[in-house]
Amino acid sequence: MQQIINFIIRNKTFLLFLLLFSISLTFTIQTHSYHKSKFINSANFLTGGVYNSISNINRYFDLKSQNDILIEENNKLKSILYNTKNKKDSSYIDDLSLNHTYKFTTASVLKNSYSSSKNVLLLNKGFSDSIKEDFGVISSKGIVGIIDNTSRHYATVISVLNTTSKISAQLKKTNHFGTLIWNGISPYFTQLTDIPKIAPVKVGDTIITSGRSSIFPKGIPVGIIQDFKLDVAENYYEINIKLFNDMTNIEHVYVIENIDINEITNLLKSSTNE
Amino acid sequence: MNSVLYTNITRFILLVGLQVLVLNHINFLGYINPYVYILFIILFPIKNSRTLFIFLSFIIGLTIDIFTDSGGIHAAACVSIAYARPIVLKFCFGTVYEYQTVKFDTVEFSSKFLYITILTVLHHIILFSLEIFNISKVILTVQKTLFSSIFTIILCILVTIIFSRKTK
Repeated sequence: MQQIINFIIRNKTFLLFLLLFSISLTFTIQTHSYHKSKFINSANFLTGGVYNSISNINRYFDLKSQNDILIEENNKLKSILYNTKNKKDSSYIDDLSLNHTYKFTTASVLKNSYSSSKNVLLLNKGFSDSIKEDFGVISSKGIVGIIDNTSRHYATVISVLNTTSKISAQLKKTNHFGTLIWNGISPYFTQLTDIPKIAPVKVGDTIITSGRSSIFPKGIPVGIIQDFKLDVAENYYEINIKLFNDMTNIEHVYVIENIDINEITNLLKSSTNE
Repeated sequence: MNSVLYTNITRFILLVGLQVLVLNHINFLGYINPYVYILFIILFPIKNSRTLFIFLSFIIGLTIDIFTDSGGIHAAACVSIAYARPIVLKFCFGTVYEYQTVKFDTVEFSSKFLYITILTVLHHIILFSLEIFNISKVILTVQKTLFSSIFTIILCILVTIIFSRKTK
């Protein structure tokens, strides 16, 4: 017993180093698996507060470009609104809760990163604004990511520019779907894998979300095909996609809640159990 | 003793603030960021106890990790260079270190440069290999380590020159 204590006292720096190093390794490995990083995230009172106050200053420098993006979106929505052929008649029931599967909330980005291989964004809305894990996040131009951790006033988002992110996406003109991943190289391009060889893939085709994951509704724009090649087994395409979104310049985003998600997951669970 | 304590607390807060609010947003050529906060570890007083030093290095790394949502990569890298620092000090300063009289303001520039370079490169290798965590992307790891190291070393040396007290 004496010897054990002596050993610990003699090697206390090395043992402390070993302990702290393994703690940090554990934290690191937790971030590699999806939805495990519970402790170490910036959606807390201190870091969220710091980023919030800095963002209040920083957004003034960005006002012009963000206004341009918003006015572009308004323009697009107006042109859709006033060009619809079948006008609604007067017996239209004006009820927001009717036939709405997806609920939208606006939020702004407090912290954005795109230079590391696991990029995470911080939003200024948390569970007090009824934002929860696994909600989708989009901007006016396209897809941004999925909510990971939430605190009372802040939420972190796993960006599409994160090597652990996997989102279901498909070709716009046919229903061939695959998985959207990121190889960690350029913030302007992501990769779409598992598109079968039979699909008619052309450079310049549009990629949209498939709506299969029940996080994003179907048809949110992702990007266009930059180039493609067959994978090693020559059964599936590996497609390079140029994102519509400029992930390096995001300020205003929309958080999407799928109201039916519990029903869908319960149904899927019960069918796979049988 | 108290002045040392206050200097280090101020340094901790200033370096963390500088790192998360300014330097993490540089993204020179898309991905090159300097990590100047390791100056806290580089300049920490030598005479203090090693256990406290390693623990404080862990805390500063973890603080950066919480701000950047990076798990524990900064903490791991910081703890490693804190553990390796006595060896590097011995290698760079030799007998001056043996007598425990190293003052970073007065040592020769060449040995100081070597000391900062070794610690920075070691820190960046651990940082980026844990961040990318993929053997097939070893070239990307080396590339990031190299460019970020150059950036960090230049900034660290500039900061130490600008803020050095001229007590010769």
